[in-house]
Amino acid sequence: MSTPSITFSRRSFIRTSSLASGGLLIGFNLFTACKPKVTPPVDISQLNFNDFNAFIKIADNGAVTIFAPNPEIGQGVKTSMPMLIAEELDVAWDNVYVQQGDLDTNNYTRQLAGGSQSIRFGWEPLRQTGATARQMLVNAAAIKWGVDPSECTTSEGVITNASGDTLGYGDVVKEAALLEVPENVTLKASKDFKIIGSDAKNVDLEKIITGKPLFGLDYKVDGMVYAAVLRPPAFGKVLESYDATEAKAMPGVIDVIKIGEKAKELTKEENSNWTVAMSTSDKVVVIAKTTWEALKAKEAIKANWVTETPLESTQDQDQKLLALLDGNKFNTLRKDGDIKKAFAQAEMVLERTYESPFLPHNCMEPMNFFANITDEKIHLVGPVQTPEFAANAVAGMLGRDVNEVHLEMTRMGGGFGRRLYGDFVYEVAEIANVIRKPVKVIFSREDDMTAGTYRPAIKYRIKAAVKDGQVTAYHLKEAAANGNMYGLIPNFFPAGAVENYQVDVANYNSSITTGAWRAPYTNFLAFAEQSFFDELAETMKVDRIQLRLDLLQKVKGTTDKRIEYSPERMENIIKVAVEKSGWGKKESGIYQGFAAYYCHNTHVAEVADVIIENGMPVVKKVTCVVDCGIVVNPLGAKNQIEGGIIDGIGHAMYGDLVFEDGAPQSQNYNNYRLIRMMEVPEIETHLIQNELSPTGLGEPTLPPAGAAVANALKAATGNRFTQQPFSKFPEMMQTKSAPKTIIG
Amino acid sequence: MPLYSITVNGKLKNVEVSSDTPLLWVLRDHLELVGTKFGCGIAQCGACTVHLEGNAVRSCSLTMDAVDGKSITTIEGLSENGTHPVQEAWKELDVPQCGYCQAGQIMTASAFLDKNPKPSESEIKAAMHGNICRCAAYTRIFKAVELAATKIS
Ligand code: FES
Ligand code: FES
Repeated sequence: MSTPSITFSRRSFIRTSSLASGGLLIGFNLFTACKPKVTPPVDISQLNFNDFNAFIKIADNGAVTIFAPNPEIGQGVKTSMPMLIAEELDVAWDNVYVQQGDLDTNNYTRQLAGGSQSIRFGWEPLRQTGATARQMLVNAAAIKWGVDPSECTTSEGVITNASGDTLGYGDVVKEAALLEVPENVTLKASKDFKIIGSDAKNVDLEKIITGKPLFGLDYKVDGMVYAAVLRPPAFGKVLESYDATEAKAMPGVIDVIKIGEKAKELTKEENSNWTVAMSTSDKVVVIAKTTWEALKAKEAIKANWVTETPLESTQDQDQKLLALLDGNKFNTLRKDGDIKKAFAQAEMVLERTYESPFLPHNCMEPMNFFANITDEKIHLVGPVQTPEFAANAVAGMLGRDVNEVHLEMTRMGGGFGRRLYGDFVYEVAEIANVIRKPVKVIFSREDDMTAGTYRPAIKYRIKAAVKDGQVTAYHLKEAAANGNMYGLIPNFFPAGAVENYQVDVANYNSSITTGAWRAPYTNFLAFAEQSFFDELAETMKVDRIQLRLDLLQKVKGTTDKRIEYSPERMENIIKVAVEKSGWGKKESGIYQGFAAYYCHNTHVAEVADVIIENGMPVVKKVTCVVDCGIVVNPLGAKNQIEGGIIDGIGHAMYGDLVFEDGAPQSQNYNNYRLIRMMEVPEIETHLIQNELSPTGLGEPTLPPAGAAVANALKAATGNRFTQQPFSKFPEMMQTKSAPKTIIG
Repeated sequence: MPLYSITVNGKLKNVEVSSDTPLLWVLRDHLELVGTKFGCGIAQCGACTVHLEGNAVRSCSLTMDAVDGKSITTIEGLSENGTHPVQEAWKELDVPQCGYCQAGQIMTASAFLDKNPKPSESEIKAAMHGNICRCAAYTRIFKAVELAATKIS
């Protein structure tokens, strides 16, 4: 993934106005220019996110409010993005108040939380915005004093001139609002950062720990009713008929309706730009006065379902994916040299197949969304990672103008990719369009787990050739279900390091809805690749760290622009991880596993320490080294890093969604296992200090975790895991065959 | 529909709901106390944890029949201004990620420390094992319970 170059003049994306109530309002757009004629409103209640996707308000008492453009899903962007503005604005972080911006869009760009990209794309423009605002305030003060702006300095919201006179930002906001937006401002050198790189707490911390309404599920308006939706019990089945007599007679039930007509528009071929992941079946909806009454009455509906498309079972999926790997219907995504020849001439060949299951997202806050639709307006509120897309799709589906859509985002109880898909928004919009009352659709946990947009099962087959102690060929084959995990992997390690290198991909269309899941593409590939290199080193009888370092050496100075990772940064994190984890120096009884990986623009190395407790291997500690460029908020960053590692271990160990005849076999936490407190290792994090632009942290520590653990389990038990989840193979956790010392 | 009275955060509340209605939904939908969260509805995740006569319970799996006449504390009533030692520890260590599970975590931890103010590492882990955090903020949750214990004793 290459970084789009961002060039624009400040004038084109910033406008200012004077607030009627006193103070300065700066409206700005990230990644797009402002419309030529608009200026920000003079009343804060009139903020129009159609014209600007973010605002800074500086009140005449100097207080700064930032209307943060990105939805918060737990990645801390609601904290870290405003930190960038505040840094260049040169105000004290404690005096900055952050508020989530609404969406009124079709101009809202990149207002999307996913792909660990928010901070990466916001790095330059957000700082430039802060610096421009600061310069305007300085210019206003300089005019007041009759001095040159270059004689003035700022610190924590106070401007000082050469003779030592001071003015607070609040004292000059009125004048600043009337000035031209300066064209050229200089950004701080990273050594002068005061806020960037310092620990900032979650801006919603106080509200979270006191239970204030923040989340979509907490949103409520007068007269709001609740909707529980009965969806097909299996992928491939559609509604034929239903009987709601009993449900309608139940307490609190207002009505039972059928939806599906409008949503079908979205799944039509000609609307493929909406590529929505949802069932084409009609659905039965219970509208009730309370959540409980709606959920309970849903159980009382008698529905008949018919099979429309083949019902897939896990067994079928496994067979199809293996057949793809064995077959010859591949797309070749990268081909260097001649692998065929290299394999023919090899002294040794290692080939392994790695297999993973479907996974649900299981956001802690089940899917939900609010809608109120009138002839004038479509009001949508809730947790969605793609507000702009959702607003457009709803307008399209209901045949309305997108300017009538007002979408407000709430804090999200987790995203992990699930809330990129707006199926629940389309459902509630269709319901609200029929009943014309404020309504919230609520998923039970069972609804959430069984109507998912799952991480699809995927299988990789990796084959390497060795000759004269060198890896002479590397062949990666991918078999995927649907398109979400398909084909975006050709230029990861060891591309460029092995002369004969080929990546072949194939997929089939599954009837099960699938989608992005935390660290898309790499969440399982990292396990396959880093397990493979561990085993390859064992087979070659070479040091497993040295093998990686030797390969990286060959990529240094490459002119191949396609290569995604940096061999230098990778080498560095590996070396630091070796040192910090005490690699190879641990007392006997501690078995270590290594993994190093690049994804989502970040380089990560992880070492897992496994010990044997009561005859069973236990992950005791993970040492993690991360190179994500400048760390904007180390306190938040470490939380993300730890969460990613534990999440990666949890899903590698336990995550498994099995299908039988199209029906998910797990529906709730009694038969779907998530990692819990007693299974959590200690985590030691080391952040590489450098001055490179920051990259995101929501995802990159997850992929290598499964491999580090699998490699440690190999050391501890002698058994090598090639399939997830590991808990499916309890016999391999037995330590009978455990070697007494660590290999390599 | 039967009439129930419960004391919630020190205030007497009367609600008329069907007898099988879980306390969770009475709190959330009838009493507008939405700090208590819905995660699973089957006593598996702990998101809905409240105190019933001082004990941590799963409000999603307690019917109004079972709590009639009893006294309940929710996250909103744990302290006046978020100043309970457990909340203070949560703030100090910046525990939450998405934050959704945290009310349940705090309610479990506070009831636990009430009974066991000087817990061992493994006692803390066992006590918190019933609360899922999907964001896996577990290392900070653990440290915050440890820190809260030092504040209490
Ligand atoms: S919602 Fe009650 S334990 Fe999960
Ligand atoms: S902080 Fe997100 S579930 Fe715990």
